[in-house]
Amino acid sequence: MDALVTGVSATRPPGGRRVLAIGRACVVVRPRTVAVTALLVGVAALAGAVALSVGSLPVPLLDVPRALVGAGDDPAAIRAVQAVRLPRVLSAIGAGAALGVSGAIFQSLARNALGSPDVIGFTTGAATGALVQIVLFGAQPTQVGLGTIVGGVVTAGVVLILARRGGGVSGPRLVLVGIGVGAIAAAVNGLLLVRGTIDASSQANLWLSGSLDARQWGHALPVLIGVVVVVPLVLLLSRRASLLEFGDDVAAQLGVRVERTRLALVACAVVLAALATAAVGPIAFVALAAPQLVRRLVRADAPPVVGAAAMGAALLVVADLASQLLPVTFAVPVGRMTGVVGGIYLLWLLMPSRGSVEGKGWR
Amino acid sequence: MALMSDTLHAEGLTLRYGERTIVEDLDVSIPEGRITAVLGANACGKSTLLRGLAGLLPPSAGCVRLGDVDIRALAPKTLARRLGFLPQAVTAPVGVSVAELVARGRYPHQRLLQQWSPEDADAVNAALRATGVTALRDRRLDELSGGQRQRAWIAMLLAQQTPVMLLDEPTTYLDVAHQLEVLELCRRLNRDEGRTVVLVLHDLDQACRYADHLVVMRQGRILAEGAPAGVMTRELVADAFGLRALIHEHPVTGTPMIVPLESLASVDESRGDRPGGAPAGEEVRA
Repeated sequence: MDALVTGVSATRPPGGRRVLAIGRACVVVRPRTVAVTALLVGVAALAGAVALSVGSLPVPLLDVPRALVGAGDDPAAIRAVQAVRLPRVLSAIGAGAALGVSGAIFQSLARNALGSPDVIGFTTGAATGALVQIVLFGAQPTQVGLGTIVGGVVTAGVVLILARRGGGVSGPRLVLVGIGVGAIAAAVNGLLLVRGTIDASSQANLWLSGSLDARQWGHALPVLIGVVVVVPLVLLLSRRASLLEFGDDVAAQLGVRVERTRLALVACAVVLAALATAAVGPIAFVALAAPQLVRRLVRADAPPVVGAAAMGAALLVVADLASQLLPVTFAVPVGRMTGVVGGIYLLWLLMPSRGSVEGKGWR
Repeated sequence: MALMSDTLHAEGLTLRYGERTIVEDLDVSIPEGRITAVLGANACGKSTLLRGLAGLLPPSAGCVRLGDVDIRALAPKTLARRLGFLPQAVTAPVGVSVAELVARGRYPHQRLLQQWSPEDADAVNAALRATGVTALRDRRLDELSGGQRQRAWIAMLLAQQTPVMLLDEPTTYLDVAHQLEVLELCRRLNRDEGRTVVLVLHDLDQACRYADHLVVMRQGRILAEGAPAGVMTRELVADAFGLRALIHEHPVTGTPMIVPLESLASVDESRGDRPGGAPAGEEVRA
């Protein structure tokens, strides 16, 4: 039988991977993963370009690159593209990528498709931080952003402490505790909305619906910087993360420092989710679905970090574009739209026949 | 590797889960290049001892040494190149193939910028061959039978190429033919490659037949240890398992063979320890 497995296939790493040698270093890459990721980046870029061209002042798609670099005949077009639409598109790309990676990490750690920051309460808790700022202090966008991050980190801390037992966090327990903490945060959010003045409450409501309208560089830059800094860290941890999926004891006996790795991964995921929420408000569905969708496309045996980032960015840019192109009567904030789609997807995940709640078949 | 001794010792080892002491002040020495079987009734601390020996449960007191070195002093990856451990009831993520699982065993030999070498490929292929799962290399683990899956997991441990291998109940959930297959594999690895193998087993006949050395535990302590012929007596079976039994000689191998008669717990309710024979998988775990 051995004779059947001859030549290159027996010397290559398994799972459709290839070894890429650069000097003395050699890294393992998966052509299928690279191709899928490139495709998703292309989709995000194309949708982003279209989003830069449409609006109350249409700019022809072919003029968009020139307007971007400030070389065009029409100053109004340059301003619309550079100052109005570009921050919006980049906010969508940054937040989508951050949510995708955050979801990929939590789903991997929880070994469960439901382990995503919007299901396990982090997004709701981050929103609580924002609402406190808006309703109680009448704060400006920067302070709201800070409040979001603090809210997200505090919620994550509470969930993790409550979900700990015997030194480890189990997947189903993380999901259940997260749902409980998220419910409390949602109740607090409701309370804040009732207590606030009409002005503050309507502003808070707008924020809560998760919107990309009127995004400025102050929204786009933090999440973009966060993605650029944190995603490489996650990549460094991703081999260890894929070993954790085989269980703590197996990973530990292979030489992984389990608790340290998990803590680092959680920190990265929480920061990314909080930054995304600070930039665009609570956007549902992206963190839940992006890693699942990309896992089905790449069919890899490891958490798809860059793939989930690309998928998240593509999903959010396309969703935002769709929400702008829909007739005004149907046009809704992008967070509401992803919420509806995400609700249906969540129901499908929870279908008894799929059994994914028990952690089986979570891919 | 040849310069380092790979004898595994525990000295005054105490292991706790939270407040519960599972293993207390235990001294044990695992003979190098031999097969050792750890025996005992359910919840006697076998699995906990194995986790402690593997360095997965930090001792509350005492230490575990590999050669002369306290294993806590070794970097995790260094330890993982010298000592491998297969936990009981392992599960892989859905969709992982046999070869992908086995390749995970190479992690301790790889570095961030040295992710795959010809040695990795050789080790994976050799492990697949030794466990007889080469033909299944591209099959999904969740589509395999229990016996095939268990062999794939052992292959992962083999690919790790550690001189010492600890396996927690590798035969549980397997039918008797597959149990013997796994034990024969362990024997081959021991005889042909000189690996030190430690097995937690429930079947006393199999333990006597395949192990060179027995470690019998009761309530977190060692009751007896040594060669099967010397250790396996009626008194020991009564003490360790609460079982009245006859000891015969195996007609083929000449090793001790246990004929269970009755559980002593039903005879004398006042005994403190629990009888054996209940289904496996009840070991106390965190």
